Amino acid sequence: MFSSFMTNAWIVATIVAPVAGVVGFFVVLRGAAFPAHAIPNSAFAGAAAANVFGFSALLGLGAFAAAAAFGIATLGRRGRNDAVTALILVLGLAIGAVFLSSSSEYEPQLYSLLFGEVLGVSTTELWPVAGLALGCIVATLFLYRPLLLASTVPDVAEARGVSRYGMELAFLLVLAAATAMTVPVVGALLIFSLMIGPPAAARALTDRPPLAIVLSVCIALVTVWVAIASSYQTNWPIGFFVGAFGAFDYGVGRVWAAGRRSRTVRKRGREGDAPIDPSMVMA
Amino acid sequence: MHWVFEPGFFSSEPVHVALVIGGIAAVVSAVVGVFTVLRGQSFAGHALTDVSTAGGSGALLVGISPLLGFVGFGLLGAGAMDAIGVQRVRGRDLATGIVLGAATGLAALFLFLDTTSGATTGATQQILFGSIFTLDPSEIPIVVVFSIVAVGMIAALYRPLLLASTDTDLAAARGVPVRLVALGFMAALAVAVGLSALAIGAILSTALLIGPAATALRLTNRIGAALVAAVVIGVGVTWLGVLLSYDSYYWVSDQNAVPVSSLIVGLVFVAYLLSGLPAIRRLTGRRTVMVVTEAEEARLRGQRVSSRAAVRSDGDSPRSRRVL
Amino acid sequence: MPRTSAARTPRDHADTAEVLEVDHVSVSLGGRQILDNVSFTVGAGEFTGLIGSNGAGKTTLLRVILGLQHPGAGRVLLSGRARRRRTASVGYVPQKVLLDPDTPMRARDLVGLGLDGQRFGMPLPSATRRAKVDEMLKAVDAERFADARIGNLSGGEQQRVLIAHALIARPRLLLLDEPLANLDLRSGQEIIALLHGIAVEHRIAILLSAHEMNALLPVMNRVVYLAGGRAAAGTTDEVVRSDVLTGLYGHHVDVLRVHGRVIVVAGPQFESDDASEPDGHDPIIHVS
Repeated sequence: MFSSFMTNAWIVATIVAPVAGVVGFFVVLRGAAFPAHAIPNSAFAGAAAANVFGFSALLGLGAFAAAAAFGIATLGRRGRNDAVTALILVLGLAIGAVFLSSSSEYEPQLYSLLFGEVLGVSTTELWPVAGLALGCIVATLFLYRPLLLASTVPDVAEARGVSRYGMELAFLLVLAAATAMTVPVVGALLIFSLMIGPPAAARALTDRPPLAIVLSVCIALVTVWVAIASSYQTNWPIGFFVGAFGAFDYGVGRVWAAGRRSRTVRKRGREGDAPIDPSMVMA
Repeated sequence: MHWVFEPGFFSSEPVHVALVIGGIAAVVSAVVGVFTVLRGQSFAGHALTDVSTAGGSGALLVGISPLLGFVGFGLLGAGAMDAIGVQRVRGRDLATGIVLGAATGLAALFLFLDTTSGATTGATQQILFGSIFTLDPSEIPIVVVFSIVAVGMIAALYRPLLLASTDTDLAAARGVPVRLVALGFMAALAVAVGLSALAIGAILSTALLIGPAATALRLTNRIGAALVAAVVIGVGVTWLGVLLSYDSYYWVSDQNAVPVSSLIVGLVFVAYLLSGLPAIRRLTGRRTVMVVTEAEEARLRGQRVSSRAAVRSDGDSPRSRRVL
Repeated sequence: MPRTSAARTPRDHADTAEVLEVDHVSVSLGGRQILDNVSFTVGAGEFTGLIGSNGAGKTTLLRVILGLQHPGAGRVLLSGRARRRRTASVGYVPQKVLLDPDTPMRARDLVGLGLDGQRFGMPLPSATRRAKVDEMLKAVDAERFADARIGNLSGGEQQRVLIAHALIARPRLLLLDEPLANLDLRSGQEIIALLHGIAVEHRIAILLSAHEMNALLPVMNRVVYLAGGRAAAGTTDEVVRSDVLTGLYGHHVDVLRVHGRVIVVAGPQFESDDASEPDGHDPIIHVS
């Protein structure tokens, strides 16, 4: 399991998970699960194009992911946000299908791009992935305060001069970069699970935003490590395990949050601070 | 005419089957899609396509019709999303996303087993991107039955669904069983997704579901007109896509036709962009939604907020709890 | 007429510097006139009520002051100067805040963001920062729930936290959009008393919008009354009068004073367009 051909898999997963954890924290906070799903899928077209025309997959992924981010942020200003996101998503997939249909290695290529091929990472690919990962984390931490403000109280943020559109675009571009680097590793369809499962669990465990980010990274790391180990043992695709364990993280978070809520209610009840009577609120 | 319809277009049986099944799928998707977009459930609609992917690939594995897999898993997925709470605005995107993630994981597993078991070649491509020209004519009756079921459900639910889609609280106050209506709608959605998954492939079926409906709703405010427009656009882009793909066998030199699904998605996207052009909007008399009054403004801004933030149950006006 | 003369009304405080001047502002959106030549000023430490029914243009006016809505005509001056895009001199508490109980954020964190939320980079934990936040939480009487998850707080508690968030940047002007709309009577009165204290103690001007003015009467220095996009400004006695409001609404309005409260009703000349109105009784159009 730790043999030499697995080394790169462990390294790359360890690089990818923190990015998913940090960026994912804001994905969950902003309710941006759909864009987080759509951007990697659109980026799929870039990888397919790179495959056909023979340029770097990372470049193709980055270009298409950035275009999708820009499209969602810009078209979503006028139209219905979720419908626009859905359309951009399928457009990316459709373009990808066109490129791949003219490729001879259609089937395996398609499969690995969509569902990931963590075992196929070469050593030369590690450095760009590591660089991008660092870039994404630094960018997210740089945006931290205005993004946190705009994600929780958008009206107040706007009144303080934090542009709603600017933050949306900046965040989606970071998401795009995070996506571009992770698609070849865990696949377009599954980076998404890693971006929402661990942060969803983390936010139930703590009330502090920075601590939630740290926890989110830790949970993402454990999730991806266990997924690799399981994949190695069973020989089943890693994507399956990431999807399943992501859902497990979420479930744990839900259960914990429910338990916590009942504890809070009991505590507040003891302090004699009764919940507000709904009939009073109508005044 | 010859250079529009390349030789054999009208006499080819695969083309006939493609036009019939594609057309039916487009009609059902458009009708269900209008409500999907109105209810702001595009993500749920898309997630169901991925759930269907798992169903389709599972069906291949056990050797039954992909359509049964698509629809069966779609219904299961709809139930799962309902159970973990997609109907509430708060946290709904996350609940949807989790079902989606788990389902794609399952799809990855099934497709992997499909491929490694060697029973089927081209499974990934067939399930994900469809193969409208290789559909079996014997599928037509079951397609017709499913489409009648889906459209029938929407017709039966029409008024409560419309009310619940525009103002959940008002609907609930008037005695509409909101939860039941929502569940019924999700079931119709699952069937529609299954049908279009068969026609243009599971992960592209979102295009037929959302595209024509979103386009129609940009053109008109009236629900009846939007339904008609969505059906016309949906069927139009599907048939045009089939035609162009067929023709591309002749136009593209290297025997590689442009995939029909990609063409349909491209046309859908073009239609959506066109509907945003000021000239087209003037033609249909629909202006860009302007912030007219304070209340309207609050509603519009509340809508953006409520899609991502919580809705507190205490002291909340009905307006903001509207499911959008 | 009130809306032009009101801007020049003499003040009761001799030493007030004008923190906000709204100068002949007009806004039309989608072909509809939302604000029509609105003028008024707010002095330092003054408590001003922005009164009007739904759709009168209150939120639009606040957005113009915040620089989020470009006025078609007129200008807004802050302390005598045109406003800049990013300014800490105006605090804002929005109408309805929907904080998600799942958001991992304490009241303290949100107040901290009030200090420097628009800046890039991670905040470094520091003793001064913490002290400032503590002090502000105390000022709004929010220490009790300083470490509670913000989404779990009641509407009134969240409002206090948002006021602290706005005040910690030491603005000269605080705008509140309908802070009383979602509160029960007691919480509403507490918030008003709190705001009044802040206005007096820190000399922060407060502009608070509401559709009901009675709760504000004890603390309000001045009132800006909006109806149909037009405004009348001055002290309560100057503005809330039958002749002024009649001019504003464009039809006869009576102002009744009962036990120190004010009730605004449409007068007998009011011709109802609504044929279903039973016997031409004066329908109450607005109770303030």
